[in-house]
Amino acid sequence: MSETVLDPPMNAGAAALLPARRAGHVLPGFGLTMGLTLLWLGLVVLIPLAGLFLKTAELSPARILGILTATRTLNALKISFGLSLAAAALNLVFGAVIVWALTRYDFPGRRVLDALIDIPFALPTAVAGIALTTLYAENGWIGALLAPFGIKVAFTPLGILVALIFIGLPFVVRTVQPVLEDLDRDLEEAAATLGAGRWTTIRRIVLPAVFPAFLTGFALAFARAVGEYGSVIFIAGNLPNVSEIAPLLIVIRLEEFRYADATAIAATMLVAAFLLLFVINALQRWSQARTGRLS
Amino acid sequence: MKPESVHAEPAPVRRAVIAAAALVVGLFIVLPLVNVFAQALSKGWAAYASALVEPDALAAIELTLLVTALSVGLNAAMGLVMAWAITKFSFPGKSFLITLIDLPFSVSPVIAGLVFVLLFGAQGFFGGWLIDNGWKIIFAWPGITLATVFVTFPFVARELIPLMQEQGTAEEEAAVTLGADGWRVFTRVTLPNIRWALLYGVLLCNARAMGEFGAVSVVSGHVRGETNTIPLQVEILYNEYQFQASFAVASLLALLAIVTLLAKAALEARIGARHRGH
Repeated sequence: MSETVLDPPMNAGAAALLPARRAGHVLPGFGLTMGLTLLWLGLVVLIPLAGLFLKTAELSPARILGILTATRTLNALKISFGLSLAAAALNLVFGAVIVWALTRYDFPGRRVLDALIDIPFALPTAVAGIALTTLYAENGWIGALLAPFGIKVAFTPLGILVALIFIGLPFVVRTVQPVLEDLDRDLEEAAATLGAGRWTTIRRIVLPAVFPAFLTGFALAFARAVGEYGSVIFIAGNLPNVSEIAPLLIVIRLEEFRYADATAIAATMLVAAFLLLFVINALQRWSQARTGRLS
Repeated sequence: MKPESVHAEPAPVRRAVIAAAALVVGLFIVLPLVNVFAQALSKGWAAYASALVEPDALAAIELTLLVTALSVGLNAAMGLVMAWAITKFSFPGKSFLITLIDLPFSVSPVIAGLVFVLLFGAQGFFGGWLIDNGWKIIFAWPGITLATVFVTFPFVARELIPLMQEQGTAEEEAAVTLGADGWRVFTRVTLPNIRWALLYGVLLCNARAMGEFGAVSVVSGHVRGETNTIPLQVEILYNEYQFQASFAVASLLALLAIVTLLAKAALEARIGARHRGH
């Protein structure tokens, strides 16, 4: 123990070369807890995910390409990624309106509205799925209102969009909200004093400051939507090539015992998810650098 | 007039923004939630109650409680271990390790289920060996638990790590200097400092574990009364057009969501920090 306390300061380079820097180890349990951490992470997360890539690697490149370029697969990927993009974009608009109302205005029920935003995080996806379906079906509360205009939501791609808006909305709100709350109002006041109109102030002062947070929220909502399953499959109608999302196609292939197909599509989506995660991490660092807080 | 009025929008704009925000939240969030209870009670309280005490529903509740207890227990214990390793020592690659712990949040639930089918299913890497030994993981409760542990993996650790990083190691080091052993330091010094954050993580982990659908759906096999969790029972009833019964069972999960959010708000007031909910 004594040598750990008296360890002389090392330069950063030397410290990085040592696998476990003893200078930090005043407290006991590093070996045990780090060992357990790596074991647990390996068993539950890393080995299972590696297994997916190993299974994919057993397939020939031509086979993988054939699976991925099959019309049904391509359409499922197009539907998943396209509608997720659309839902995340709409959530930017909805999120902006909600965050602005929550952070800038005081009105009766503001705290309730704020609390309700988290419902999609907490409500199990299957429950959200059946509730949205019943609501937007032709005889549902909202569906019945839209039916006279010839608008069908449930069992069409529009239904998928509604479900993806539901699950993505809190990501945008909860990412942008703290940044807008912390924004220094003096800058806006200064702009107003200097003669800038309200819209100019928002466009030139507020928007640049919250832009990285909006992008992060967009990416988080998009990433969640791409992999979403439970809330979508009830409302989608699940017609191949029309309203069949990629995660559902994975399940269908699995049930047909077409493991190669399921695996290849899953591996593709996992690679996309990891790329998105990389982008989100970069965006969060950027946002933090810009605003001094983690969004 | 308040001083803010210098940079506030005119009243009509303000009212329009508030109305639009309320409309979006009402249409996309409140109505679905209200609809769950409206549908569940559409045939009265007697029908509601009988849907909940139906044997398959009870079996689903039992299985969900078992799987949740195991998953939350494991993830809470290992979340503490991982947070201790990461925050109480300095070592290279720390932020990469944190990214790996968060990884399951980026994986589609369906893929989370699929990876365990590929490992332990009949066609999987260990499938033949499991069959030879008469062990069943996929289409049985161990597989459901594994998939649930995977999707809820980061919840406890990601609540503890930022807090324990902020608290540093000074108090623990003082305790060690005074002669306390590691376990004593953990239970007497660390645990009291992090108990609310731990509870917060457990709360979110619990909600997700009870409500997980996609991952569990892939590994369950959907055997009524045996391998159906509450969300899977909701799906089966719904697909059989037993809408009222389906919503009655679903209302249990909706109640869980509401209780979770209320408890979360109470804990946030105690911790005094704003948390992200996912």
